[in-house]
Amino acid sequence: MTARYATRRRGDVIATVLSVAATLFGLGWLVLILGALLWHGLGGLSPEVFTQMTPPPGASGGLLNPIVGSLIITGLAVVIGTPIGILAGTYLAEYGRYDRLSIVVRFINDILLSAPSIVVGLFIYEIMVATMGHFSGWAGGVALAVIVIPVVVRTTEDMLTMVPNALREAATSIGLPRSLAIMHICYRAARAGMVTGVLLAVARISGETAPLLFTSLNNQFWSTNLNAPMASLPVVIFQFALSPYKDWQSLAWIGALIITFAVLALSISARALVASRKQS
Amino acid sequence: MESVGRHTVVDLALQEGAGLSVEAATRAKVLDRFRLGDAAFRQVTRAAAVGVLVLLSGVIVALIEGSIPALRAFGLGFLVTEKWNPVTEQFGALAPIYGTLITSFIAMLIAVPVGLMIAFFLTELCPQWLRRPIAIAVELLAGIPSIIYGIWGLFVFAPFLQATLQPFLIKTLGNVPVIAPLFAGPPYGIGVLTASLILAIMVLPFVTSISRDVFDAVPPVLKEAAYGIGCTTWEVVRYVVLPYARIGVIGGVMLGLGRALGETMAVTFVIGNAHRISASLLAPGTTISATIANEFTEAVGDLYTSSLIALGLILFVITFIVLAAARYMLLRIERRIG
Repeated sequence: MTARYATRRRGDVIATVLSVAATLFGLGWLVLILGALLWHGLGGLSPEVFTQMTPPPGASGGLLNPIVGSLIITGLAVVIGTPIGILAGTYLAEYGRYDRLSIVVRFINDILLSAPSIVVGLFIYEIMVATMGHFSGWAGGVALAVIVIPVVVRTTEDMLTMVPNALREAATSIGLPRSLAIMHICYRAARAGMVTGVLLAVARISGETAPLLFTSLNNQFWSTNLNAPMASLPVVIFQFALSPYKDWQSLAWIGALIITFAVLALSISARALVASRKQS
Repeated sequence: MESVGRHTVVDLALQEGAGLSVEAATRAKVLDRFRLGDAAFRQVTRAAAVGVLVLLSGVIVALIEGSIPALRAFGLGFLVTEKWNPVTEQFGALAPIYGTLITSFIAMLIAVPVGLMIAFFLTELCPQWLRRPIAIAVELLAGIPSIIYGIWGLFVFAPFLQATLQPFLIKTLGNVPVIAPLFAGPPYGIGVLTASLILAIMVLPFVTSISRDVFDAVPPVLKEAAYGIGCTTWEVVRYVVLPYARIGVIGGVMLGLGRALGETMAVTFVIGNAHRISASLLAPGTTISATIANEFTEAVGDLYTSSLIALGLILFVITFIVLAAARYMLLRIERRIG
């Protein structure tokens, strides 16, 4: 009896140790990756990075054109993707909560949410780049918008579902039409959550590389022309990191540092927004 | 109902004085506008929802259309041919398919037990004040863009493995009879094993957070009953929590698998892009997504481009099946909770 109990106790201790080890193992990677980014990227971080163009190999330069390109493409994606996502999420939560259409859309949306982003790139290549005959900033923006839409649909629906029905009933009882009730009551009640959704979507796309590789391509020079290939930070990192030139590699590290901390700041502030709302 | 009411108002207005009629007419006009706006808004949201469906079917149609030339040229043999020669325009998808499956398989082999153990720690052992910071850290790990894993893998992780783990594996497991071929060859640093390990780190947060959610959803009564008859913490998790949460955990694992299968940039950096199937896990290989990312912009000729799009189609079909199965399982456990 005691021997058996000892065995069981031992099993429990082993499992406890393993689980603590697993947690340390999991968190260790975060420390290692962030540490490597700071180690390789922080030294090169200087004002020139934000004021100069990407250099040819061997020369010094900065990352101004890819940073601006990334901002433009990301902005474009948000402007295209957010309204569609919010409207579709509104339908799922408000009009067709129990529709058969909604069940299908929800399922498909969840699949789009985790679909390989490189396939999105191929899709936009087929419908935009191949038909227009050239790579363009537009194509990059639309490709990222395809990734934004499912994220926003999901959060919008979740947040609108959490709005208490009493609010809707109150709005209807004073004679407010459904559409105005949604826009003035439900959206207002769910605003923080919906903003969070958009922030998370931005965090998700600002590091996306695969869909941009053959849509917006890359551009070594300053260009804000949406009909021409456009530089973006992730694609420049990809190109520079795989190049044999030391200058380019260190610029790639700096770019990686900028992206990572921008993305982490975005996702932390998105979470803080939700947390502060929950407390109030 | 509403329309009848409106007409009555208008009729009354016509019978009564002129001042009232103007008021009623304005009222009717406003109501009309409201109704029109209402219907329009409803239709617009509906159109957006249908748009999501159109998006997915658009992806499928575009991929099928783009891969027709390759499928016509190679037929089903495309799936089982290893040869990939842009010069003679002979293309087969076997090597990338194999690479995608083997890297994802090894990644899950590592990430699932580790993720489950972290979830076990977070739900049963972790002191309350530590739960939130750890959960946030795990989410941050999920938030790091894949290209960052790529550049880190290429410059930090691969050289590290080349100097430590890989020589160790060659020396030890490389001499064990049956599995020796898996660890044959020189330590390149980059290769299938490195890519698998990085994938494992990347899917770890997904497995962890979904496992934690389904562990948390186990009714406390069940756990308390098990503790009540004298079970240890581990026994509670092993014999009560895990069986109860099984479907949800499998769903989470499949979701992570879907991510691993489609992951592009991190793998592209470290897998070596070699179109061959070698038994050794230390040798360079390729995956579907890495092949597309590496070769698409350089592909000349319709057949080459089309073959790459056909690869994309295969990837999409595989991930679609895995993700659909994952969603179906998670839906089932959601229903049980709700």
